[in-house]
Amino acid sequence: MKIHIKGGRLIDPASNTDQMADVYVAAGKIVAIGSAPEGFHANKTINATGCVVCPGLVDLSVRLREPGFEYKATLESEMLAAAAGGVTSLACPPDTDPPLDEPGLVEMLKFRARNLPGPRVYPVGALTQKLKGEALTEMAELTEAGCVAFTQTDAPLADTQVLSRALDYAATYDYPVWLRPQDYFLSRGGVAHDGAVASRLGLPGIPALAETIAISTMLMLARQSGVRLHFARLSTREGVELVRAAKADSLRVSCDVSANHLHLSDIDLTRFDSNLHFLPPVRGQRDREALVQGLIDKTIDAICSDHAPVDDDEKLLPFGESSPGASGVELLLPLTLKWAEENGVKLIDALDRITRQPACILGIPAGTLDIGANADLCIFDPQARATITTKTLKSQGKNTPFLGLELPGVVKATVIDGHVDFEHT
Amino acid sequence: MADGLQLTPDGQLKHLLTLDGLPSRILTQILDTAETFMDVGERDVKKVPLLRGKAIFNLFFEPSTRTRTTFDIAAKRLSADVVSLNIAASSQSKGETVLDTVANLTAMHADMFIVRHSQSGAAHFIARHVAPHIAVVNAGDGRHAHPTQGLLDMFTIRRYKGAFHNLRVAIVGDVLHSRVARSQIHALTTLGVPEVRVIAPRTLLPVGVEQMGVHVHHDMKKGLKDVDVIIMLRLQNERMKGALLPSAQEYFKQFGLTPDKLALARPDAIVMHPGPMNRGVEIDSEVADGVQSVILQQVTYGIAVRMAVMSLLMGPTTT
Repeated sequence: MKIHIKGGRLIDPASNTDQMADVYVAAGKIVAIGSAPEGFHANKTINATGCVVCPGLVDLSVRLREPGFEYKATLESEMLAAAAGGVTSLACPPDTDPPLDEPGLVEMLKFRARNLPGPRVYPVGALTQKLKGEALTEMAELTEAGCVAFTQTDAPLADTQVLSRALDYAATYDYPVWLRPQDYFLSRGGVAHDGAVASRLGLPGIPALAETIAISTMLMLARQSGVRLHFARLSTREGVELVRAAKADSLRVSCDVSANHLHLSDIDLTRFDSNLHFLPPVRGQRDREALVQGLIDKTIDAICSDHAPVDDDEKLLPFGESSPGASGVELLLPLTLKWAEENGVKLIDALDRITRQPACILGIPAGTLDIGANADLCIFDPQARATITTKTLKSQGKNTPFLGLELPGVVKATVIDGHVDFEHT
Repeated sequence: MADGLQLTPDGQLKHLLTLDGLPSRILTQILDTAETFMDVGERDVKKVPLLRGKAIFNLFFEPSTRTRTTFDIAAKRLSADVVSLNIAASSQSKGETVLDTVANLTAMHADMFIVRHSQSGAAHFIARHVAPHIAVVNAGDGRHAHPTQGLLDMFTIRRYKGAFHNLRVAIVGDVLHSRVARSQIHALTTLGVPEVRVIAPRTLLPVGVEQMGVHVHHDMKKGLKDVDVIIMLRLQNERMKGALLPSAQEYFKQFGLTPDKLALARPDAIVMHPGPMNRGVEIDSEVADGVQSVILQQVTYGIAVRMAVMSLLMGPTTT
């Protein structure tokens, strides 16, 4: 398949490029930029006039819900949703049923994903068996099977000794460990940010301290073990400050934030809308502002969608009984553009946080438009705005607090491995 | 918070979910209406025909005897048909969802749901999903709100003190877990009480409680000084398990209302309690049964207040 992407504005944060240029794709690779190679005859031409052509998005947290939760979503539905969102590589957390804690499960997932159209799937393996926080998984075997990192996702790891040993073991092989910092005991029973809003609404709180105490512990353990540590989905102002200090101290640490948390705060909870039930909880206005700033000054490396499709039966419940999470993989680009728009961030810098930076964290050859690189591209209209509705969402989960909102950026086409896996009609 | 869900576009009460954000005009209207029902209970025939032919369902997803009984009596005195469902023991245990239960009862032509649920926001959730002609009354949702209790407490205060604008009111005890306290605080501040105090150890106060307009005290001696109204909250035994308190004995010593501590308040102060009381834990029997206690009157007034809420919700023709 030879593709000619014509008339677009090429933005590649990796090479600091922002120029009008055509892109030529053949045999799954980018073969030329600007003018066509000799003898190039396109099978397909994509008209990118008025559009941005950038590396395909890399999403650090997309739940595909397989195996085990097919009633919430399937690989087919979520791969399609991701492609529709311009995502060409994604990391999927191991909180499936059974969890991704055995090589066979990882191989099966990779095999299934490879045979479907849609993004490249990078499983993140379970750090502990059954995600129980007790015994280590076979990390070397899991890495051979295709895991790119190890995590507990939202499962608690209350035992600090197990945590310490897990980090030490992973550091032996230099495997990255991703942790969502939340103290198990301090967060027990909580469903919302512990602040004046939750107090008024009578929602049991998860204090900001649950995050900062966990980060402090993890940073000290990381310093000792030398592990490559990635904090998933920071939510608090103090958390951002701790990571900023750790980076200044040259610790090997990176972190991401969910696109939801850049735009929502606990003030939005006043209607008890279960679509705002997240892990970590959406926090105070000052926390939100710190996340926005932390992303600007690069304390926070990347934005992820934290895509978590939930079925209606688990959302149509009183707030505290509802399942946390929202569909988001199709909103990663629009919510990133909205963050950039509201804070005067240049388009190239905004795209950096959802292409090159997450690719670096994953350690994968993506997030670049160099000649010879994999032809993973996203073509989107930055001027167009679209209203998010249950009909426009391709994900099987229709739950998101952004329903009914008009957001910037419409994906026109997504090219993955040299194939047009999504085209806006 | 009142987000438009509980008032009609022309400002009438549609559901009663919380007192947070409800205008004082509505609170006063409910209290005034309750006054007109005060004599119904004293008649030979304890009934008025205001809600004849209306079907009211008590949906108690959490066990309750007292509150359910008072709603029951209030509805019957208004001549409504009342069905009480103890859902905690039926549908929920069979896996039926809240919305399915509500849909089934709607199909039985319900006019009003009285809802109690262990989750904060459950009444809002049901109100958002019921058919437009059905009114929802929150009879307690998690830690969030218990508006009819808050209203009957205001009714009691008004009966004994006449007005709100010159009062000091102290709420003592487990504010953290108390939906009653939250409803009282919103009602007291809305009705113009200049000084509302909460008195509790730090473990039993929610974060940022001052932002609800209250003064925080940790010492009964200071907190009760010169108050006109003392509201004691129930302390549940499980609070000792969660490391919130060391023991009932220490709690009683520090925060229990004894005659000594009561003497710090104004001589004509009244003592209230939403019930059920733990004698010897939050309140001394001598105080609970003493001349300043209005605890049993609260129960009586509760029926008139709930009649007022139900009749107002069923529309202007009934008032």
